[in-house]
Amino acid sequence: MSTTQADISQTGTATSLLRFATAGSVDDGKSTLVGRLLHDSKSVLADQLEAVEHASRRRGQDAPDLALLTDGLRAEREQGITIDVAYRYFATARRRFILADTPGHVQYTRNMVTGASTAELAVVLVDARNGVVEQTRRHAAVAALLRVPHVVLAVNKMDLVEYAEPVFARIAEEFTAYAASLGVKDVVAVPISALAGDNVVEPSANMDWYGGPTLLEHLETVPVGSDPGVEPARFPVQYVIRPQSEEFHDYRGYAGQLASGVLRVGDPVTVLPSGHTSTVAAIDALGGPAELAWAPQSVTVRLTDDIDISRGDLIAAGPAATPTKDIEATVCHLNERPLNVGARVLLKHTTRTVRALVKEISYRIDIDTLEQRSGAEGLNVNDIGHVVLRTAEPLALDTYHDNRRTGSFILIDPADGTTLTAGMAGEAFDTIVSTTDASIEEDWV
Amino acid sequence: MTTVTDSPVRTDDNPFALSHLDALEAESVHIFREVAGEFERPVILFSGGKDSIVMLHLALKAFAPAPVPFALLHVDTGHNFPEVIEYRDRTVAQHGLRLHVASVQDFIDRGVLRERPDGTRNPLQTVPLLDAIASGKFDAVFGGGRRDEEKARAKERVFSLRDEFGAWDPRRQRPELWSLYNGRHAVGEHVRVFPLSNWTELDVWQYIEREEIALPEIYYAHHRDVFRRDGMWLTAGEWGGPKEHEAVENRLVRYRTVGDMSCTGAVDSDADTIEAVIAEIAASRLTERGATRADDKLSEAAMEDRKREGYF
Repeated sequence: MSTTQADISQTGTATSLLRFATAGSVDDGKSTLVGRLLHDSKSVLADQLEAVEHASRRRGQDAPDLALLTDGLRAEREQGITIDVAYRYFATARRRFILADTPGHVQYTRNMVTGASTAELAVVLVDARNGVVEQTRRHAAVAALLRVPHVVLAVNKMDLVEYAEPVFARIAEEFTAYAASLGVKDVVAVPISALAGDNVVEPSANMDWYGGPTLLEHLETVPVGSDPGVEPARFPVQYVIRPQSEEFHDYRGYAGQLASGVLRVGDPVTVLPSGHTSTVAAIDALGGPAELAWAPQSVTVRLTDDIDISRGDLIAAGPAATPTKDIEATVCHLNERPLNVGARVLLKHTTRTVRALVKEISYRIDIDTLEQRSGAEGLNVNDIGHVVLRTAEPLALDTYHDNRRTGSFILIDPADGTTLTAGMAGEAFDTIVSTTDASIEEDWV
Repeated sequence: MTTVTDSPVRTDDNPFALSHLDALEAESVHIFREVAGEFERPVILFSGGKDSIVMLHLALKAFAPAPVPFALLHVDTGHNFPEVIEYRDRTVAQHGLRLHVASVQDFIDRGVLRERPDGTRNPLQTVPLLDAIASGKFDAVFGGGRRDEEKARAKERVFSLRDEFGAWDPRRQRPELWSLYNGRHAVGEHVRVFPLSNWTELDVWQYIEREEIALPEIYYAHHRDVFRRDGMWLTAGEWGGPKEHEAVENRLVRYRTVGDMSCTGAVDSDADTIEAVIAEIAASRLTERGATRADDKLSEAAMEDRKREGYF
């Protein structure tokens, strides 16, 4: 397969964009895998490779350490740590990719939640020798929690288990069952060796028994995006455009990006939270008028009625949630300062920021066992929990299950503006796994 | 700048799929509108380079048919390509924009900054930039930085908080989830905003082609008197080149990036059309910074250090 950068120019601009995240620790070979994807898709250019070779030599390593490609800041290199999420870009003739590369250690949950929030696919890496371990289940749980639509299990280091099919089959089966129990709908398992290059970009010559796609082939062909045609339209208003010029004297357009669904001229719409109804009079796409627009396009919408609409309002078509001041949500706490019952915070939902009070922390979820532990007074950094919030003004939230954009929010410290917590309206998982059965627990360990 | 827009290209089997350029454009426009909705005094850093030109093009589309609700700020090193300054002034006039200029030369003349021995003025831009941000009371500053450009940029946020000294602390950056950008800042602090974060050099060029965006001529192949320094072709000029031992020759070149003349190199190229430029970049084995920026070759962490001090 030739997937050089040069191929892209011939396909013009008709390639799609896939945002995906990788999860796994250094021990699983994640950096090597990412380096391999970048290198074998010809996305690493000569001067970058030279810099890596230079750095490797200086450290006394013989071969260029592909993991260094994904190293970023001097602070990290000096301390041997990885801060937060790094974004990588590569392309093949079929697709452009944005990879959120999340480190597997210390701040793992926070980082992976951040990386997975915009991802349409998550690659979970396991070491074929170790199989599904606690960390694997945690990564699967975070992907399920963030409702990443597609999950790929990359069973790495197949070269160290003699490319044995039964080893792969056992791990794939166990992982797929676990992911399905979390409500993950699409799981694909690929046996690979990131180090040797098996099934990453090129098909492996060592695993005839595997008939599936290579990792890159799967990334290139997995469907991108949901189907706006079957979703209710959600259009958070970002900004009101009023040119107040001679030519556009009466122009009043609502600028925003469709969070979901399709809007057509003539569609009846409801403005939330006010509940006023109107009809779409015109849609101005970027550069010209359009009959319809769909997520995630940025457009400007004009309505037939002159009603009071401003930033923070939601223009909705189709069944819409009743605006509420009482929110139940699953949250991941991101900050070193704990989130406590009684905390007064700001809540940013789509384009609206309101004051909010943490009324209750219903329970904390052990991300490794999925057990719900009640009685928590506060949530610490990396904790996942279920909370009850009261807001000063009503919000038109969908459940995160129904809509990743209009079902999500962040909590902000009003004192210094720090982003404290990531929130998802509704329950954490489609299927809550009972962990009271000790026999199942044993199977996992 | 005309806004020629064909309907978004549909790909895959999904009738509602967007091409990668449409997806990137929609995201960038969303970022511009978030800033317009949440900040008091945003400003766009405009150098006349291709990334800032694409930024301005996106801003024009984001607020049409109303004018762009931001001013432009140019940090002028004094070592400019005349073609770029002409382009800047033409663009400002065409769209009725307001332009602020922060001049490195002024700071040198006033004795606040001192010329470096190598004549390079890129690192000297930080002080005039921060001064202009403070005196203009700008609370959001749009930059054309892309994460694919450089290692330190790969971890940059779309909304990047800067303290009273303009400094960037990677550990203080806020987690950025979904498309929920947090622009809150204290008085005296500001937020750098990077609408092109997720674009690559090739995306920028493909977008320039699709949107038929005019660029300064120096981006296309032309004959020019140049001399060799540090492995790059530099243009002769008052800034301090060539030195005695450096021979000037006339070559067919073009620029991949546009910055301070003293440290921005031209590349040998016969790409005189947008199609030829895209083909050249797609086949290039060097990153644009590796090929053309002397200042990034100073050390492994040159960009990280400059960012920490408040650079773009």
